[in-house]
Amino acid sequence: MTSVSTRRESVGFGVLAAVSGSVVAGVLALVGYVVWRGASVLGWDFLTQSPRQGMLEGGILPAILGTFGVTLLTALVAVPLGVATATWLVEYASDGPLVRVIRVSVRNLAGVPSVVFGLFGVGLFVRGMNLGLSMLASGLTLGLLTLPTVITAAEEALRTVPRAWRDNALALGATRWQAVWRVPLPAALPGILTGVILAMARAAGETAPILFTGVSFFLPFLPGSVREPFMALPYHLYVLATQHQDLARARPVAFGTAAVLLGCVALLNGTAAWLRARMRRSLGGSA
Amino acid sequence: MPTTPSSAAETPAAPRPRRTLRRTGRRDGDVWIAGALRAVATVTLLVLAGILLVLMDNGVGAFTGAGDIAVGSLTDAERALLHERELAQLARVEAARPTLGRVFASASWNPTSTHAPAWGVLAMVVSTLGVTALAMGIAIPVGVGIALWLAWVAPAWAREAFKPVLELLAGVPSVVVGFVGLVLIGPVIARVFGLPNGLNALHGAILLAWMALPTIVAVSEDALRAVPHDYVRASLALGADRWQTLVRVVLPAARGGVLAACMLGVGRAIGETMTVLMATGNAVALPHGPFDSVRTLTATVAIELGEVTVGSTHYRMLFVVGLVLFLITLVVNVLAERFVRGGRA
Repeated sequence: MTSVSTRRESVGFGVLAAVSGSVVAGVLALVGYVVWRGASVLGWDFLTQSPRQGMLEGGILPAILGTFGVTLLTALVAVPLGVATATWLVEYASDGPLVRVIRVSVRNLAGVPSVVFGLFGVGLFVRGMNLGLSMLASGLTLGLLTLPTVITAAEEALRTVPRAWRDNALALGATRWQAVWRVPLPAALPGILTGVILAMARAAGETAPILFTGVSFFLPFLPGSVREPFMALPYHLYVLATQHQDLARARPVAFGTAAVLLGCVALLNGTAAWLRARMRRSLGGSA
Repeated sequence: MPTTPSSAAETPAAPRPRRTLRRTGRRDGDVWIAGALRAVATVTLLVLAGILLVLMDNGVGAFTGAGDIAVGSLTDAERALLHERELAQLARVEAARPTLGRVFASASWNPTSTHAPAWGVLAMVVSTLGVTALAMGIAIPVGVGIALWLAWVAPAWAREAFKPVLELLAGVPSVVVGFVGLVLIGPVIARVFGLPNGLNALHGAILLAWMALPTIVAVSEDALRAVPHDYVRASLALGADRWQTLVRVVLPAARGGVLAACMLGVGRAIGETMTVLMATGNAVALPHGPFDSVRTLTATVAIELGEVTVGSTHYRMLFVVGLVLFLITLVVNVLAERFVRGGRA
């Protein structure tokens, strides 16, 4: 080979490596900056008290609890629907028009903008079903938003379970449902769980779908039921960052809120990664 | 049920069922469960159809005048309660009611005006597409470059280290990205280009590029990795160096998947709300360049839906804006699927 091509090679690969490296550095810097600036207000009080003095003092407990609650509702909607759909697609359905239409729906649903889900939630849950501005309306909206992610993850997990396991169960006299419920579903559980956790991490950080379906900037009391409006971390951060009457003084609290939000998402992502690593080890052991 | 196992068994002339094994354990309860699961599976289809239906159901009224008070239909008693000026105002608003031409052929959006409300979505459509194009101008070269490096050049440890970082980036909520843009990137843009503030299309595009990057890298890396090693060996054997092989052989071979990755990135950028809302300044006007303040379709819905009277023309027009967004992303998704299939064929 000539020296010209070698130089082209090393320059090209060098550029690619540099770009990749700077993206990694950028991501770490972004996350690090938020955590570093947020650290000044972070503390036990910040996590366990309600906001006071126009959000500038006290903590963000109601927003943390609100995000926790609405994410739980989201899971209650998305997990049964998503896992059942994936089970039907993988274990029951044979290729046909209905299966094809459902697959196309899942893929297109995944591409629908979150703010459009917000409009849908307003039209159907808040007004159509008269749920009003409530955690329930928001949870239902986010549940449908995360549905395609849960379906895709559960499908992938179910497909990794060997075909023969089901046939063995059937050969032993199990009914069709027993051969699904007792064999592939438990085997795929860690994979499904990983996908569910990642989907919930996304839901916890969403703002647009809850903006008009139930989130509120300030509530004097913690919500007593799912039929009431709630506070949430992403919306809290949005208001502190752009709508507060004293933006400069609200900055530290905004950084603190951003750090807590990032922490929640990182915790969920970390759990998913841990589950995946454990799963890979146990699969490797059994093979 | 179209075919029950018994009918297939009793009529010998019937074609042999294809999945004999799968039918062995079937009992009554099983049929019921399979039916229930199938019913649940159709929920996704219903949700997609439901979104379209809700958007149209609320949006159509904007064109039929369902959200306005028709001056002609007021009773004399109602007229008597209104001032002359108020009646004139109602008549003006009614006269300016949205029509297909006023909505899709006009760039002027001024829904709260009492003199001449304007309903043109063109400026927002152009803003959305412009910001997305700028974002992709950054994210596609960077994303595909990273994917090339990860798939064929990077050492194993670097690949392992990169994955969690990408997942971390994908997990950062859009409102956090917007906040970091506001406090960090906006001021830098303002200083570098000598602008009064950093709230413009370029700022939004840079943040959107960040957010689309994980999708573009992950999907195109999969496609690039699927290129057969034989292609690479053949290319190297013909005397091409590794760079030529990567750019002229591997990249074209994975074209379909890489294009699909780009379209998914486009879809993500078009639909992103909070980031652009916080970064672009939100002035509704046809943008002339990357340093203009823009307001996207998503941002318009997010800003205005909270302030409108339910059922008014303005409220209904926001559902029309949502419908436009929905249709744009649908087209992008269909294109992405085309590319995937074209790449496989």
